[in-house]
Amino acid sequence: MGKEIFYFLIFPGLLFSGVIGGFLSWFDRKITARVQFRQGPPILQPFYDFVKLLAKETIVPLKGSRLTFLFAPVFALFGATMSSVFILLPALGIETGFSGDIIVLIYLLNIPSVCYIIGALASANPMASVGASREMKLILSYEVPFLLVLLSIVIKADMSIKLSEIIAVQSANGAFIGSISGIIGFITILMCIQAKLGLVPFDIAEAEGEICDGVAIEYSGSALALIKLTKYIMLFAIPALVVLLFMGGMNFVGINILWSILKVLLVVLLITLIRNTNPRVKIKQAMKFFWVWMNLFAIVAVILAIFGL
Amino acid sequence: MGKRTLVPIGPYHPLLEEPEFFKLYCDGEIVKEVVWETGYNHRSIEKICESKTFEQVFYVVERICGICSTSHPFAYANAVESIPGVDVPIRAKYIRTIIGELERIHSHLLWVGLAGHFLGYNTVFMWAWKYREPVLDMFEIITGNRNSYAMFTIGGVRRDIKEEQYPQLEKLLDEFKPKLDLITGAVMDDPVLHARLKGVGVLTAEDIHDFGAVGPVARASGVDIDVRRDDPYAAYDMVDWKVITAQAGDVFAKAEVRLLELYESISIIRQCIEGLKKEKGGEIKAKVKEIPPGIGIGRAEAPRGEVFHFVKSDGSNSPVRHKVRAPSFTCIPTFRRSCVGGTIADAAISLAAVDPCYCCTERMAQVYNYSTGKRIMNAAELIKLSQKRTEEFKTKFLKG
Repeated sequence: MGKEIFYFLIFPGLLFSGVIGGFLSWFDRKITARVQFRQGPPILQPFYDFVKLLAKETIVPLKGSRLTFLFAPVFALFGATMSSVFILLPALGIETGFSGDIIVLIYLLNIPSVCYIIGALASANPMASVGASREMKLILSYEVPFLLVLLSIVIKADMSIKLSEIIAVQSANGAFIGSISGIIGFITILMCIQAKLGLVPFDIAEAEGEICDGVAIEYSGSALALIKLTKYIMLFAIPALVVLLFMGGMNFVGINILWSILKVLLVVLLITLIRNTNPRVKIKQAMKFFWVWMNLFAIVAVILAIFGL
Repeated sequence: MGKRTLVPIGPYHPLLEEPEFFKLYCDGEIVKEVVWETGYNHRSIEKICESKTFEQVFYVVERICGICSTSHPFAYANAVESIPGVDVPIRAKYIRTIIGELERIHSHLLWVGLAGHFLGYNTVFMWAWKYREPVLDMFEIITGNRNSYAMFTIGGVRRDIKEEQYPQLEKLLDEFKPKLDLITGAVMDDPVLHARLKGVGVLTAEDIHDFGAVGPVARASGVDIDVRRDDPYAAYDMVDWKVITAQAGDVFAKAEVRLLELYESISIIRQCIEGLKKEKGGEIKAKVKEIPPGIGIGRAEAPRGEVFHFVKSDGSNSPVRHKVRAPSFTCIPTFRRSCVGGTIADAAISLAAVDPCYCCTERMAQVYNYSTGKRIMNAAELIKLSQKRTEEFKTKFLKG
């Protein structure tokens, strides 16, 4: 029991992924700033933001449901931390996990988004409810191609639904991104995680210029700090998942440390560049994009994977 | 109203640079009705102007709008100078035109940046504003100020452009051109922007006529109006340029018109500098002794459209009546045609597409008693009062 709590709270859970996620958030902001001819924040800025928010007053909307509103960010953080533990334990080679952990992970990765929706609806703000409805539509759109890509990975990994075995297959036969279906799957999943992380062009649920941060509009103080921490953790966990699925996971022995860090940074860099070279699309366009194009891509990836390409 | 939800845009909202209130009544994401509330920013500029001398009014009207801060003095100068019929020296005309066009460049770039920001495209926002900086530098070279230039006076301008400044300006213009090409390319060739902006917030030529919209908003719908050509002032009839129009009437067409106008502005400024070189050592200010009694009307094409100033003089040193009509006053109400029926996402960019300037167009529609907070009169009652007064005047003066 003690070991599990350590996994959850310290390494590779809350503390570790929170800190690494904070640094990745800084990396994202710094790259964004450089693309936009700005200086960018100092390296500790994400942590300053977090600590400052913790010290601020938390305001609860009068008409909202107090308990639901305040517990939603806690559960979102719980879901993000759990998914980061499930991804990082096999990714870092600490534990092999159990057969079927990829299916548990699919559910865990959705918890933060669902919690945002619940919290937004509990705040009784019209902008938040618009944001919540957008987030719901967005989940419905990106989840299908995301699952299809996972399916293509499972097929390539000899029908194994265990993350550590997916890594084992890759270390034996080379990373999946080296194959045609792997490249197509990688492009598809990159778009899906853009939507999962709520970044431009799919930051539709938060759309600052339209509905002023949508789902998070009523949050302040420590509740907002928890949402920020959730985002930091997701910014580490999801790229780590992509690295695990397509680039053969991470390894912390010798020179491989550098490689592992570079792989994660590369995925975050791609996400950042996509978000800086696109305007926000409308929810209708996003749904069409995922349902038609990304599903098509994902199905092609699955078919190619069946033929072993 | 039934099941409609009120989505407020304003009074304080990331979409608006100034306090203003748009109430979007929505059914799901579809906007069913928009209501516009003003009155957060009323400063009674017209009344203040009546207490200033003709010379001082320039610096008051300059502060109506921080972005197009020359268009108001421009129109006011046209209005005041039309009362005695001042002959403005050619050199002053060129300098006025240069300032007016530089202002158009910086204002349009500012709009491109803001539109990018509203679409979540912050890279365009930052790039457009970075490339706007050299334009502000040009202002600093010419006028000494980056904003609120205080250049205009009755009969001419207050500062001359020195000969050694021409190469500086030309160099900055040369450097600016490739950057403008870059931004124009980034906006016109981006497939995602096409998908986001085309067919959004469409205004037909009929809508433009119904609302009396002006400037780039009208020109994007194929209505070919431009005060600079239709009623030439300053040096606009001395230089060679053309009015940019587009036919589609959507947000993309508005962006297109604004970006292409920048090229025309650059060409106008170059021609004006050439003109200044020819008019060496000329006067920059005509002597105006007094403003005789009478009324003057001045028009100027601001970056957002036609600015209209009416000045009435009774022979004293200050106007007895000064009336301002900014372009946003007719452009903003077009949202009734462009936003209703679209989604919230479309409504936000359609509102921003007319380049609204709220403090320009701020109107008082209600009268409150300050000490009790009780409303004395609303807009309808004010209109009734004005109609009643007009009737009274008619019976009083027209009978005899």
